[in-house]
Amino acid sequence: MEHMTNIIELRHITKTYEDGFSAVSDLNLEVKKGEFITFLGPSGCGKTTTLRMIAGFDLPTEGEILLNGKPITELPPNKRPINTVFQRYALFPHMNIYENIAFGLRQKKTPENVIAKKVKKVLELVDLEGFERRSIDTLSGGQQQRVAIARAVVNEPQILLLDEPLGALDLKMRKEMQLELKEMHRELGITFIYVTHDQEEALTMSDKIVVMAEGKMQQIGSPEDIYNEPANAFVADFIGDSNIFNGIMTGKLKARFCGGEFVCVDDVEEGTHITAVVRPEDVILTAPEKGRIRGIVTSVIFKGIHYEITVESGKNEIVAQSVNSAAVGERVGVQVEPDNIHIMIAEDHTNIFAAEINKNNELEYNGTVLNVPLTRIIRGSREEDGTLLDASGSEIDLKKIRIKISIKPQDIELTDEQEEGLVQGCISNLIYKGDHYSYVIHTDLEQDFVVDDEYLWNMDDQVGLLMPVEKMVFTVRK
Amino acid sequence: MYKNIFSRKSLGIPYLLFLLLFVLLPLFVLIYYAFTNGQGEFTVLNLTGFFTDPNTLGTLCYSFGIAAVTTVVCLLLAYPAAYILAISKLPAKSIIIMLFVMPMWINFSLRITALKEILTWMEGRLAYHPFFNTVLGMSYDFLPFMILPIYTTISKLDGALLEAARDLGAGELQAFLKVTLPLSLPGILSGVSMVFLPAMTNYVVLDMLYNSTYIMGSLIGSYFAAYNWNGGSMIALILLGIVCLFTLMTRGIEEENTRGGALL
Amino acid sequence: MIKKAWKSIVIILVLAFLYLPILVLAVYSFTDATNIGAIRGFSLHNYVTLFTTPELVRMILGTALLALVSALLATILGTLGSIGAFYSGKGMASAINTMNQVPVVNADVVTGFSICILLVVVFGVSKDTFLPLIIGHVTLCAPFVFLSVVPKLKQMDSSIYEAALDLGATPLTALIKIVIPQIFPGIVSGFALAVTLSLDDYFVATYTKPATFDTISTYVVNATKGAQTTIKTALWALSTVIFLLVVLFTVFMNIRAGKQSGERQGV
Repeated sequence: MEHMTNIIELRHITKTYEDGFSAVSDLNLEVKKGEFITFLGPSGCGKTTTLRMIAGFDLPTEGEILLNGKPITELPPNKRPINTVFQRYALFPHMNIYENIAFGLRQKKTPENVIAKKVKKVLELVDLEGFERRSIDTLSGGQQQRVAIARAVVNEPQILLLDEPLGALDLKMRKEMQLELKEMHRELGITFIYVTHDQEEALTMSDKIVVMAEGKMQQIGSPEDIYNEPANAFVADFIGDSNIFNGIMTGKLKARFCGGEFVCVDDVEEGTHITAVVRPEDVILTAPEKGRIRGIVTSVIFKGIHYEITVESGKNEIVAQSVNSAAVGERVGVQVEPDNIHIMIAEDHTNIFAAEINKNNELEYNGTVLNVPLTRIIRGSREEDGTLLDASGSEIDLKKIRIKISIKPQDIELTDEQEEGLVQGCISNLIYKGDHYSYVIHTDLEQDFVVDDEYLWNMDDQVGLLMPVEKMVFTVRK
Repeated sequence: MYKNIFSRKSLGIPYLLFLLLFVLLPLFVLIYYAFTNGQGEFTVLNLTGFFTDPNTLGTLCYSFGIAAVTTVVCLLLAYPAAYILAISKLPAKSIIIMLFVMPMWINFSLRITALKEILTWMEGRLAYHPFFNTVLGMSYDFLPFMILPIYTTISKLDGALLEAARDLGAGELQAFLKVTLPLSLPGILSGVSMVFLPAMTNYVVLDMLYNSTYIMGSLIGSYFAAYNWNGGSMIALILLGIVCLFTLMTRGIEEENTRGGALL
Repeated sequence: MIKKAWKSIVIILVLAFLYLPILVLAVYSFTDATNIGAIRGFSLHNYVTLFTTPELVRMILGTALLALVSALLATILGTLGSIGAFYSGKGMASAINTMNQVPVVNADVVTGFSICILLVVVFGVSKDTFLPLIIGHVTLCAPFVFLSVVPKLKQMDSSIYEAALDLGATPLTALIKIVIPQIFPGIVSGFALAVTLSLDDYFVATYTKPATFDTISTYVVNATKGAQTTIKTALWALSTVIFLLVVLFTVFMNIRAGKQSGERQGV
């Protein structure tokens, strides 16, 4: 029975472009009939690509798309009972509003009197009665948006796809349209699949949110779930403002982070490395002696309905929202209620990459010779006359050996002097983790490195990665 | 499996075939004829002959001379006109631009005829000033092709750049020399390429103005008249080489220029 | 003020250089003079000759027909080519773009000569079939149609084609009802350019035309080489007629453009 209610299913959907870039990888999703579901994520996370595959504009490289249980993966877009509201409306500039809206019905050879009735009705729905003969370029952005919605909705699609439809509108208009779209969804009862990078929009409108990053689904759930129980640091950072700390479980329902021990409600095994997320509005500032940790107020910004107060405690920075102001330099205590601490098991961020062995039996990476003799890496080996011998004295075939290097994020240093780095790359992601920043560096060798650094770098900065050989761990595979 | 019978990509196939057949294939035929003799045997004599015969070398030099002088004359006439037009705020601007375009729609042979009649009246006999008349005729013919690209480039320039230059203390002349002129280089280059090559080859202008000296185009004409396909092909090939050289050169400069533009 | 005057003088001088010969010839075409110089009596005999000499009339109509036919073919080929190239992969697009550039930068003499060699010498097609001439002119014109359509494709909002598919249109319907109307101005200006190029061409025609057929260019060039005076002065009349047609066409286009922009503002 449950299967019946799935209007659309994505099974192991992967989209890889010719240049090897993977826009979406192994995405699985079920959308229930009548749902308002939102794909949320930063630009380039694969949300629009996913939408385009559902619409039929792009074909997945792998995987299957089912509509009402039937595969439609390769069905051309004009044969799908799915309509799209495009990011920049995509209204036909040489047709008036009536002709634009009638376009889809005409393709189905609908009789002209039926078309006229339907167009009139849908124009009422979007509050544009009497606009039939107007030309597109006389409309404001908001009106064009309504025509675009009307043009899609008039075909009575089973699913309406909306690709950042409010992105081109100003803030006030956007807020209005959000409510109207939500109302329209209720009225029409059809499934809406909505794409946006605006978390507030997603939280306001959706029944269900799919948070995406780097082509992968990070979390799926109701707006409340996503906001209150983010699945990982990325989701926590992307949805709302967050304080994100590295920490460790110190006992049953006890976690240590940010220089203090806090009681929490997530039952995670003692000794586990964790990431703790605390929303600024859940940070309670107290008198110094009443706080779990203590710190000094370093900045106070008035935000209209509350103050944003930054507290420095040791090497950590905590952002709090409070209706009461504080003075810069004031000593305060910080307390968080147990159920406001969201504990996630920290992903293992150790970087692992392969090294090469050059002709001179030296270890090499990215054209740089690593100053570590192979004899030290391969246990019990020794070098004689340019060949490597193992403990038993027989020659080691270096072609059959793979050497992997692993290095911890905190052991890598970033530098502006790119040439000094072992490898160069650009910063593709950064998350503030309380006492340091966690960076993802996409190297020129197309690998991703996780680096912890206490200094702030900017997104897309070109940096060199300094990796001390003594911090590297070498593993040999044959 | 659903297959589109119709695809937008396939629309390009007829034109691709057309280009292969009537643009690419003729080039190969030219190469074949240029390096064979009348009996179809391979020879480099057509090539070596061209570069050792003082007559043909003279023709090459004369063509370059005519083309160079014509290009300079066109540039000197066109740049001020295009510049003034581009920066002016005259209400009649669009009409003046039309006036610069209109001559291109009148058959060039008729326009040269008109010029010829005037020159005959002024000079008595055209044959007395062949070089001058030729340059004048070609400039008259090609001038709009120099004006329009320069005009387009200058009028697309961001006025704020000029204001910025003035704001930073440049005088009017300095601002022109340091900002407008370098940024209008792409327009100049495309104008030059539209004038220089036709000026090397359009031998009809010479014929009509009674200039009996040969330019490169005339050589093809005379080989054609003598049914000497091999000789004609070699000249065509040499002209093609000059075109390629010219294109590569201007492309290099243009790239440098856009790189400079990006730095701004 | 003085600077402003200077600017006007430069423009006027350049325009004078471009127009004086044509205008002087136009004035003389209405006289019975055989050379520029002393003005003699008013006469329309040049125009009578122009429109009553069968040789001249045939040449004019032939040129116009050739221009229309080759421009039409060039427009179809060039438009389809540009759409195809725009939507196809890098390989095919760059192949078409590169080859398209050859006739554009090449000297017309070389284009005409190479078409002549290919068709007449290698394939043995008779020039009397008009096939070499038409192919030559299409080769000359189609690349310019291609170049004037491509920018329109680039300007077009690429999602409107997808929107049409999304609304149930087949790819062919989407192309005809959505893409073609969007790039139509480019197609029209490409066609106009093709007509002009064909009308203006001398070299391609010389190398590919049947011996008995003349375009305006080839006729005028031959006629100036010691032709009869009546033909010579009749050509002055032809030059004047073409000039007037161009002026009329320009005025018409300007009025239409003015009206259209007026209409848009009116709404």
